[in-house]
Amino acid sequence: MFTSDSPDVIVVGAGVVGAACAYYAARHGLSVTVLDRGPVAGGTTGAGEGNLLVSDKEPGPELELALLSTGLWRDLAGRLPERVEYEPKGGLVVASADAGMKALRDFAAAQATAGVTAHEIPADRLADLEPHLAPGLAGGFHYPQDAQVQPALAAAHLLRASGARVRTGEEVTAILTGPDGGVRGVRTRAGTVRAPRVVNATGTWGGELARLAGSHLPVMPRRGFVLVTEPLPRVVRHKVYAADYVADVASGSAALQTSAVVEGTPSGPVLIGASRERVGFDRTLSVEALRRLAAQATALFPVLAGVRAMRTYAGFRPYLPDHLPAIGADPRVPGLLHACGHEGAGIGLAPATGLILARLLTDTEPPLDTGPFDPGRFTPGP
Amino acid sequence: MPTSPSEAFEAFDLAVIGAGPAGLAGAVTANEAGLSVALLDSAAHTGGQYFRHPAPALGATRPQALHHDWPAYAALRARLAASSVKHLPGHHVWTVTREAEDRWTVHALTGTDGEADEPVTVRARAVLLATGAYERQLPFPGWTLPGVVGAGGAQAMLKAGLVLPGKRVVVAGSGPLLLAVASSLAAAGARVPAVVEASGYLGYARRPRALATNPHKLLEAAVHGSALLRHRVPVRTRSVVTQVHGTDRVEAVTVARVDRHWRPVPGTGRRIACDALAVGHGLVPQIELATTLGCATRRTPDGTTALDLDDLQRTSVPGLWAAGEPGGIGGWALARTEGELAGLAIAARLAGRPPHTGGRLPGLRRDRARMRAFAEAMAAAHAPGHGWTRWLTDDTDVCRCEEVTAGRVREAARDLGAHDARTVKLLTRAGMGWCQGRMCGAAVACLATEGVADGTAEGTVPPSAERRPLAVPVALGALGAETSERPAAEPDTERPTAP
Repeated sequence: MFTSDSPDVIVVGAGVVGAACAYYAARHGLSVTVLDRGPVAGGTTGAGEGNLLVSDKEPGPELELALLSTGLWRDLAGRLPERVEYEPKGGLVVASADAGMKALRDFAAAQATAGVTAHEIPADRLADLEPHLAPGLAGGFHYPQDAQVQPALAAAHLLRASGARVRTGEEVTAILTGPDGGVRGVRTRAGTVRAPRVVNATGTWGGELARLAGSHLPVMPRRGFVLVTEPLPRVVRHKVYAADYVADVASGSAALQTSAVVEGTPSGPVLIGASRERVGFDRTLSVEALRRLAAQATALFPVLAGVRAMRTYAGFRPYLPDHLPAIGADPRVPGLLHACGHEGAGIGLAPATGLILARLLTDTEPPLDTGPFDPGRFTPGP
Repeated sequence: MPTSPSEAFEAFDLAVIGAGPAGLAGAVTANEAGLSVALLDSAAHTGGQYFRHPAPALGATRPQALHHDWPAYAALRARLAASSVKHLPGHHVWTVTREAEDRWTVHALTGTDGEADEPVTVRARAVLLATGAYERQLPFPGWTLPGVVGAGGAQAMLKAGLVLPGKRVVVAGSGPLLLAVASSLAAAGARVPAVVEASGYLGYARRPRALATNPHKLLEAAVHGSALLRHRVPVRTRSVVTQVHGTDRVEAVTVARVDRHWRPVPGTGRRIACDALAVGHGLVPQIELATTLGCATRRTPDGTTALDLDDLQRTSVPGLWAAGEPGGIGGWALARTEGELAGLAIAARLAGRPPHTGGRLPGLRRDRARMRAFAEAMAAAHAPGHGWTRWLTDDTDVCRCEEVTAGRVREAARDLGAHDARTVKLLTRAGMGWCQGRMCGAAVACLATEGVADGTAEGTVPPSAERRPLAVPVALGALGAETSERPAAEPDTERPTAP
């Protein structure tokens, strides 16, 4: 049974989504224990660039989540130490030809109705925003709401600020249930932790935890590489990407897709993402993915051709078939809630996800309609 | 130029990476056994770190003066000259990819550092990694002052350019290299006021068998010992440099006694005047090309991570072999033996023959076992004690590339839950700079686990499980110009959804 030592809620996963769930749950008066089989930010969070984007999202439930998160991140930036490197730097999406520019214009017009701010930048004004952009582009759109944060530090500081008990290196091996089928806690390699609610914030591994609980969530890994350059003075001021990035994000294709997203960081290095391919949890270096990222980044910023990539790393985005996260109560296991499957947007969407979870855990009104994120929308295959 | 995979795989039988004793021996042995071989190395000359010698332009008449073992290198070089091995100097290998067990691509950049970054790929049916080692550094207050150099670095400067790091050079750290460095420095005209060794030499006595079967190692020690005696160089064991003094450069060091866990004994500090400090704590196998490919590793007695190799020098990834330091630090003679062994084994494998028929194999394997045993004994004797972090003040830079102090690392471990090197790196940037953690990796791993009882053997440095998919920095222009050859189809191995 639950004792005075038992937390109100167990969050499984010490990535940024788990950290945000812990943070908002604690602020709603709940006591929280966070468990992770690895270290803090050891999964996709640690491999992320820290994109807080609205620019790449079409009107719909994910954009609503992103817009809510944008405000929450701004608020968090004032509460967390400066070291989390929150930068409301804005995004710049560029098109190489007039056809692409028209597509961007239509996209931005639709986003405007949902509350996204976007300014059209004619070709001859691009250099005002990004002096090193390649000449000859057709123009672009500036999205002042786009921002960036250092994801691992953000997760670590959110966890610290939450006051939650954090137990890393402790793998959950079973979800304990009572006679009514409801959650009673978890078993780990180190023992048992009892609580009436368990939040699945295990990201790309969310399907495994759902399975442990006897439920179903089809989260799959979608691999991405990031290239990191040597430290530079501010050569790239915004988060800059080409128009085809949006199409790649929305695609469900398994084949390798790359569309360079280029940005500077307060520490100096320029980060170059984003490749997408569904190859399971294979960490093997893909020279082809790196080649394409490098070629596309230098096409946007020719000055980068002489700049050296110092390192690269792979991460696995938690991908659900309809590209929307699973946020809410599990339909089969009472007391189990999910907060995973954010694909490449987990850093950005974390605060809104945490806030929704905290409201659901305290039986209060969530800040927006959670229907589209209902974990019950996936039925097990044959 | 793109080619389809069905076209002839225009390839060497074997690509050898590294032209030190292991790589040279492997390349010529495999070539003598009938294989076509490419031998890649970043340097302009063969020889690696150990047989480093001056560029001909410097006009050194007797480069062998600094090498007791020059004839062994001269013999390998003569075999190379007589062979059809394609020597590719100035090739910086940044990654190796595997299309199949017998289809490998070595990705390199040619040209001098930072200049002509020309991408080159070399294809081969098998790969031998002979990438050597780099020096392990444990930081201490003042270690970033000009005048503090790596012990191996000082040796390399002497061998390559005959330059001394200073006039009065203290040699400190741990490991057999220190005696060699001190005697080279003394022979080249430097004053060496002290050799400061953190371990005792008694550790060797605990493995009498390994010593008795390796008489040449005793001879080596005797050579260095008598050279030190001749130059009146005192050797202080169970002592460490805990601080470097000076404003613009080294003026003196503080040397203190340590207990067997390398904890400084209070009140034993003594100041020694010098204008340079050559310091090193043993060598670390250079294995990033292999770890990127997923090769199994093992922990060595002195806390480094080495490749796990079988008795034919095979890594856990079929088609990939390794020889010399990547399999554990053991010195040039062991490296040469392992190179020969690998060369024979690869030739047999590619010919589809069983490897045990050759006449030289049994002898080589015996030699290897004997020298490996000695190397392990040596590693155990010089394993850093866990107490070394006691001499780090919170304001000591641990990661000098990113200027991350010991205090910041301790804070990340204490307040943010970073108990391993990777998480510390994510949260502090330690290890993200130019050296990619080669310099600070060991230190960061120790600080992250300081005071954490995690079952790692007491007295050793936790391994740094660093992965470095880019073994050297690659200019984006060069990377973007890589040939786009790749298998036409890649299976989508995405896992089926649960029923």
